[in-house]
Amino acid sequence: MNLREQVVGSTLAGFVKLVTGANARWYAEPPSPEARARVYFANHSSHLDFVTLWASLPPRLRACTRPVAAADYWASGLRAYLAQKVFRAVLVDRGKGTGKAPEPAAPKSPKGGHGDTIPRLSEVLGGGESLIFFPEGTRGDGQEVAAFKSGLYHLCATNPGLEVVPVYLENMNRVLPKGEVLLVPLMCTVSFGEPVQLGEAEPKEDFLRRAHDALCAMRDR
Amino acid sequence: MTFDPQLVHVLGGILAVLFVATAIGQTLKHVLQAPAAANTVENLNARLNAWWGMVVIVGIAVLTGLHGALILFGLLSFLALREYITLVPTRRGDHRALFWSFFIVTPIQYLLIANRWYGLFAIFIPVWAFLLLPTRMALAGDTECFLERAAKVQWGLMICVYCLSCAPALLMHSAVEGARLLLYLIVIDQMSDVFQYCFGKLLGRHKIAPLVSPNKTVEGTIGGGLSAVALGVALRFMTPFSVGAAAGVSLAIVVAGFAGGLTMSAIKRDRGIKDYGHLISGHGGVLDRVDSLCFAAPVFFHIVRYFYTG
Repeated sequence: MNLREQVVGSTLAGFVKLVTGANARWYAEPPSPEARARVYFANHSSHLDFVTLWASLPPRLRACTRPVAAADYWASGLRAYLAQKVFRAVLVDRGKGTGKAPEPAAPKSPKGGHGDTIPRLSEVLGGGESLIFFPEGTRGDGQEVAAFKSGLYHLCATNPGLEVVPVYLENMNRVLPKGEVLLVPLMCTVSFGEPVQLGEAEPKEDFLRRAHDALCAMRDR
Repeated sequence: MTFDPQLVHVLGGILAVLFVATAIGQTLKHVLQAPAAANTVENLNARLNAWWGMVVIVGIAVLTGLHGALILFGLLSFLALREYITLVPTRRGDHRALFWSFFIVTPIQYLLIANRWYGLFAIFIPVWAFLLLPTRMALAGDTECFLERAAKVQWGLMICVYCLSCAPALLMHSAVEGARLLLYLIVIDQMSDVFQYCFGKLLGRHKIAPLVSPNKTVEGTIGGGLSAVALGVALRFMTPFSVGAAAGVSLAIVVAGFAGGLTMSAIKRDRGIKDYGHLISGHGGVLDRVDSLCFAAPVFFHIVRYFYTG
């Protein structure tokens, strides 16, 4: 990442922190930058979610953390510049079609994931970089955390020992809800919880429910 | 640029008091080691540290006249409104009305003071925003809890923007006298809080409203309030007030400030929180610090306007 992208990135992080007053709360020790790659998984209700989560990380962790974002939204113009150059997002195809149609909350896809998505994400993790991941797959209304899609499970199954950290983003839907373009500068909190790991031979549904519960526990704290 | 010597003297006095208080706070830290006392002393020192920052900011604002005061209070209104709205449940249909509150209503209220347009300043939020914002919310089409939502947004604007903007509005009539009156208001209002805190900690026995504000006691309120009135009489050289008038005006500031603290506490208790925010170490948020000023500023402004300006 060159200097210009670093400046744009830090400026954006500062701006988002200013707008959201983002108050990061760690309910577990923040990992040292030397620690192995992790996945931060969060509830999703606003376009500002990953920037806010990213901005809430200590700068040294921020440098080696990349968001997983939808290719159909972040593929062109300024969005593409921000996603690819500044945040170095890993763009993935989130579904068949354009992503405009609402997808079922918990698809029973036998393979899980979409084509090469999981291998690509695993490659990034293998390279020592962490990921920001929204397991609901799409933005919700901020009231309830929707059931997780299976991506998080496949990521853990492919990368044994992977730690996934629940991060609850509060109030983001009130700052910039789905379908809005104007920001209302309310205060948000970003709560980082204890990491979750896939148990040995743990069934997919059990793991996803456990991860979902861990995220909701951060909301209720 | 020359500064009003009276303001410089009073600000110098405040800094001297703060210096002595900081010295006492540091001494207490070394003398008192018991856990219960250590907590109080730690909170006291955090508050004192924040006071240094707040005194510097207020000092710059009053010394730079109308525009300095407007920038400071405009920001305070914005931050207070943000803390208030964050705390109050809103719905998706309020989004545009909230955007207008933050980015249109608040700046216009302060621009009206900058242009010394008293007539519109006095009615802009109570009349125009009052009619406009619910209309915008109705257009958004969500009728669930409509009256509560409209009332909550209007109440936040009245307290955080309209009432608070009455403080820098003191400079509308005369910049020099207004700046002195603004500093007088801030000093009496904030010192009343400090005196009530000190008297409450030392002598407090009988709680006034234990369910609303457990720290408010009869002894603290009366002792602190009378001390603040005495300070108001002592500082009357900054004002056009006679001794009796200074005592009366100070008493009005103290009583209004008490009402503000109590009312804003009631909202916090209802929402189940202790502080509105975490911006100022030891004090909570901006709204926790200016709650008494929100009530005292309009009372003081209108007393001064009615009795002392033609």
